[in-house]
Amino acid sequence: SRISVVHCFYFRGGAELLFDGVKKHQVTLPCQPEPWDIRNLLKWIKQNMLKERPELFLQGESVRPGILVLINEADWELMGELDYKLQDQDNVLFISTLHGG
Amino acid sequence: MKCGQSTAALVIRVGDPFCRGCFREYFVHKFRAMLGKNRVIFPGEKVLLAVSGGPASSAMVRQVQEGLSREAAKRLRFIPGLVYVEEGAVRGQSPEQRQQTLAQMKTLLQATGFPYHLIHLEEALELPPSILQPGPERASTSSPSGPSYKEAVDSFIQQQRQDGDSGTSLPGDSTPDTPAGATPCLPDAAQTRELLRSFEAAATATAREELLEMLRTHLIVQTARDKGYAKVMMGESLTRVAIKLLTNLSLGRGAYLAVDTGFTDQRHGDVMVVRPMRDYTAKEIAFYNRFFSVPTVTVPPLFTKRREKLSIHQLVERFLLGLQEEFPSTISTVYRTGEKLSPEPAKASSESQRCLLCLCGLDTFGEEELALEPTLIWEEPVAGVESKAAYIPLLCYSCRLTFKELGPLDTLPPYVRAEGQRRIQLRWSRTRRPRSPARAEGLGDSGGHIPIPLWHCWGTATPQGYIPDTQAAAFIPHFCASQGQGEPPSPFIGDWGAGPWSPPPPCPSCL
Repeated sequence: SRISVVHCFYFRGGAELLFDGVKKHQVTLPCQPEPWDIRNLLKWIKQNMLKERPELFLQGESVRPGILVLINEADWELMGELDYKLQDQDNVLFISTLHGG
Repeated sequence: MKCGQSTAALVIRVGDPFCRGCFREYFVHKFRAMLGKNRVIFPGEKVLLAVSGGPASSAMVRQVQEGLSREAAKRLRFIPGLVYVEEGAVRGQSPEQRQQTLAQMKTLLQATGFPYHLIHLEEALELPPSILQPGPERASTSSPSGPSYKEAVDSFIQQQRQDGDSGTSLPGDSTPDTPAGATPCLPDAAQTRELLRSFEAAATATAREELLEMLRTHLIVQTARDKGYAKVMMGESLTRVAIKLLTNLSLGRGAYLAVDTGFTDQRHGDVMVVRPMRDYTAKEIAFYNRFFSVPTVTVPPLFTKRREKLSIHQLVERFLLGLQEEFPSTISTVYRTGEKLSPEPAKASSESQRCLLCLCGLDTFGEEELALEPTLIWEEPVAGVESKAAYIPLLCYSCRLTFKELGPLDTLPPYVRAEGQRRIQLRWSRTRRPRSPARAEGLGDSGGHIPIPLWHCWGTATPQGYIPDTQAAAFIPHFCASQGQGEPPSPFIGDWGAGPWSPPPPCPSCL
């Protein structure tokens, strides 16, 4: 069945610089036959949200090495990474670790 | 999972999930263990925390706060201060953006309650030349006559009991460097321009990164010296240390990997730099900051020119992080290999044996006798005229490479030039003094006066004898051991010409 889902994306640690400095985005993903997993989500972000320099955020199918992904405040490694199927009201957080500290 | 109770929140190592609670314990414990294992921070000591606003140094500040709080079972016992170096000029920030960053950092630092110092990178233009010399090591810490760590802790605890344990004697309020309530102000535009000139004159992104790191370190150490801090804590994470290890190896700093990345860095003598965050990966730090709301301030990276090649630093970062994706033990393996390096035991090295810029013991001895740098000319320094070439003998191998990629001398900060000139003059004046005993090296003896070819000429040793370079031959002064205070003859008198070496003419003043 086709479902539309509402999501919040957050960007931290410098990742927000790629999205006009906006840290929090609340979006409704459109209905589509393909399931909304993280893999497709990243494609959608690339097409609809990334203003410039996609290679600073994405690499191939996944995020660039050095960018962490948290789904509902938990490590995406615990949720299946790219294969995780998004649920309604899920929060996805991207943290860049690339600017040292 | 460790506790088997709560929900897993993150994965540290493959197959090793942690819940939030266990992760917090693990994180906090690691900090105490790191300080406890190394035993270099003495109780009651003033420690300056270098804060960049980034995740690692912010997490470090939080660990210090946690450790000092009265509830902690084993309270940390030192007196912290904070320093922030504002680098907006070289990070492409407008004055408004710089003000905003400063305001955010000020809020962050004030909230800790520790004394803090906000300085601008432009202040590097006003550093004293003495920053390039190691300060005298303080008697209380590493010398055998001072108390050992255990003795120091025991006597501190005893003292506390006598005083009624009033807690660590932190100054009540955050005491900023600027008067209370003053909005942090930016340096004047002329200074910013001068600073930018140094950075823009750098030919490569690599040299620019090295310059930034050098100026920042010197500023932080000088602040520590000025304000009486014996220790500086830097927030380099495990990830950053692993990247630095390979980067520095590529830069030619193999001899110094231990001081550059180890827990302690004692090159400055009176101020010891420590790296307590070096056991935390960037991922651990990012999760900790997220779960426990550690505030950070993000700034843009160091500017790069259009179409410029990436710096070695960036390339190594990409390489390691990329490899880590498929081979998750890459970074920790690099790090643990680096842990096996230990610094050379400190030799009593005079300043003539230390690199002008990085203060490490020079690794270039012996090269002057070989034809490795045949284009180097040992020039007599003429007042008012400086040449970059004259600085080369003062630098270690990797600083030479960086130095060659930096701009002309007038774009370098004044303190570097002042100290460089001083050492050049010193070296020159040393070579003009006669040496005793004479190093005859099998030369003819003309009535007891033995001409001495000085050791710093360039040429090749062959079975037929020592062949000086054509260019170098013209610069070999010689003089007689018995001359005493006499002026050596001008090296330009007479024509030694090209060709194989023959014994130099006898000292003219003895004829």
